[in-house]
Amino acid sequence: MVGVDDMLSVENLSVSYGAIKALHGISLRVERGEIVTLIGSNGAGKTTTLRTISGLVRAAAGSISFEGVPIGKLPPHQIVRMGIAQAPEGRGVFANMSVDENLSLGAYARHDKEQIDKDRQRALELFPRLRERLAQSAGTLSGGEQQMLAIARALLARPKLMLLDEPSLGLAPQVVATIFKIIREINAGGTTILLVEQNAHMALNVAHRAYVLEVGKIAMEGPAAELAKSDEVRRAYLGHG
Amino acid sequence: MSKLFEETRSLKAPVWGVIPRAAWPLVVAIAIGALIYFGVSPLVGGFVSKVMLIVGINIVLAVSLNIVNGYTGQFSMGHAGFMAVGGYVAAGIVYYGSIKLWGSADPAGGILSIVQEGPKSGPLLGKGDFLFVISCLIGGLVAAGAGYVVGLPSLRLRGDYLAIVTLGFGEIVRVILQGSHDQIQPWKAADAAAMPVYELAWKLGGPKGFNLVPTYTTLFWVYFWAVLTCIAAYRLKSSSSGRAFLSIREDEVAAQAMGVDLTKYKVRAFVFSSFFAGVAGGLYALDIGAISAGDLNFIKSFDIIIMVVLGGLGSISGAVLAAVILSILPEALRDFQSYRLIVYALLLIVIMIVRPQGLFGVREVWDLKIFKRRGGGLGGSAGGAP
Ligand SMILES: Nc1ncnc2c1ncn2[C@@H]1O[C@H](COP(=O)(O)OP(=O)(O)OP(=O)(O)O)[C@@H](O)[C@H]1O
Ligand SMILES: [Mg+2]
Repeated sequence: MVGVDDMLSVENLSVSYGAIKALHGISLRVERGEIVTLIGSNGAGKTTTLRTISGLVRAAAGSISFEGVPIGKLPPHQIVRMGIAQAPEGRGVFANMSVDENLSLGAYARHDKEQIDKDRQRALELFPRLRERLAQSAGTLSGGEQQMLAIARALLARPKLMLLDEPSLGLAPQVVATIFKIIREINAGGTTILLVEQNAHMALNVAHRAYVLEVGKIAMEGPAAELAKSDEVRRAYLGHG
Repeated sequence: MSKLFEETRSLKAPVWGVIPRAAWPLVVAIAIGALIYFGVSPLVGGFVSKVMLIVGINIVLAVSLNIVNGYTGQFSMGHAGFMAVGGYVAAGIVYYGSIKLWGSADPAGGILSIVQEGPKSGPLLGKGDFLFVISCLIGGLVAAGAGYVVGLPSLRLRGDYLAIVTLGFGEIVRVILQGSHDQIQPWKAADAAAMPVYELAWKLGGPKGFNLVPTYTTLFWVYFWAVLTCIAAYRLKSSSSGRAFLSIREDEVAAQAMGVDLTKYKVRAFVFSSFFAGVAGGLYALDIGAISAGDLNFIKSFDIIIMVVLGGLGSISGAVLAAVILSILPEALRDFQSYRLIVYALLLIVIMIVRPQGLFGVREVWDLKIFKRRGGGLGGSAGGAP
């Protein structure tokens, strides 16, 4: 099962919120250099999966390992230092801080000042709109700009693995297209990506492999291109009758 | 790090460069304390000096509470509890310490801690001053220990719940201290001198309070500590800890996702904050020469919270200004005793409507636009909403 190139491997992960069981023993893996997407409808447990990987939620059972090291019991701040950064659902930008300060916090766990400056430049090249708004407080950015900021901020952590939770949520189609183009660029720059999406069409288009999550269980998995062709996925997630 | 250090050093004049970074706050604190004590106090007279002393202690309290309530956005209502802990420890050490060391509980300070007005003579520091300084430090450290313990539940509790826990802490401290044994009175100093320390430690006067403590607190010591508190708070705010604190206040989950260690910073805020509250307690007790747990109840905590809220959660200069206003106001309105509370309440209501973020929000005086235009300002401090 466990491939040599696995960057992240999740085995039989179960998560409960009190009496509510959100994940029923899911397993997934992400190889170095991949874009893997996790699709599924509302309440399927996608956000829960990402939050458990980044340590914000504790698993009831199962294991998570990153580059061969078990991280299931580590606190979030150590997981960040190991190289996993997250752009959380609903963006989670620091609304009363400026764009600039948000970016600085993205690099909070790092101390290599010169490389941080370079990464900041690169992030601002990917998102030129943010450069024009460095001094603006993040709460006053448009939804799309906040999403860009959330991704740029995660980039500043210089992660090996980036977790993206519904980056297309509530965005106009052109902006969605831009975001996905940038996701591809980030991946081309060497960052592995685990992408959670409801926009299955775009997600399957950009990803190498995909998992379909249904009420806390993995229902299907495989190369993204194949899943995109499967009848079930087409019917349930791509809106084809 | 060392590179940054070199740069800051080279910016200063060569004479100043000799003083190590860590000693700077002490130098500034001593200078300002001395200026106020020797320069300002004789000019303004006894009454104003007394008000200034209250102002100074309140500055220490407000600026330190701001570290918890302002920087990290946790809501502590137990600041008076930490003050009581520090105050009793300091008063106990000075009172019984004086008796143990030199047989009586009379003041034994030098010029810096002679409370009476008029020309002072003698050495700058007396033997009692060392005991006094150490007692305030230990009071602060014990309070910081209590802050550590109280800080831990803050990891799981937020908002109202944390407020209730800290409120409970303050009340527990009060009840425990009021249950302490009778104080050994000064005329029985010989008995006290013969007693082991661990027995004395619990003879803190119970409900009657702890009295007849030799007094040492002067404007010098109060402003010495007030300056130290402000510098510590400023350094905390402008360091990477400061960014961590403010990010926690904005959004705990996102802060964690950035790699901020929530446990460390929440507890750290409590420890720093309660240390200075403890010191303030010591200054307070050794000004009056007495301390009573009954006076340091949640209403006292509330007074300090109001200062922090008025000044702006997170703003050091705001807290200082609010401490000044809210300490002077009651004195100035003394003749209109019956209207005092009304004016006080109205002021707060107006502020809350006009500027709910407090006078300065999270910013400092020097961040304001009027100062910015001259190209001055220390800048770099974490900004807030415009
Ligand atoms: N903090 C919580 N407390 C209780 N239940 C929760 C909590 N967070 C999530 N849940 C529940 O867990 C289940 C999975 O939620 P999750 O947020 O992971 O879904 P999701 O796949 O991300 O959905 P969406 O696409 O709408 O974001 C849901 O039934 C949800 O109600
Ligand atoms: Mg979700």
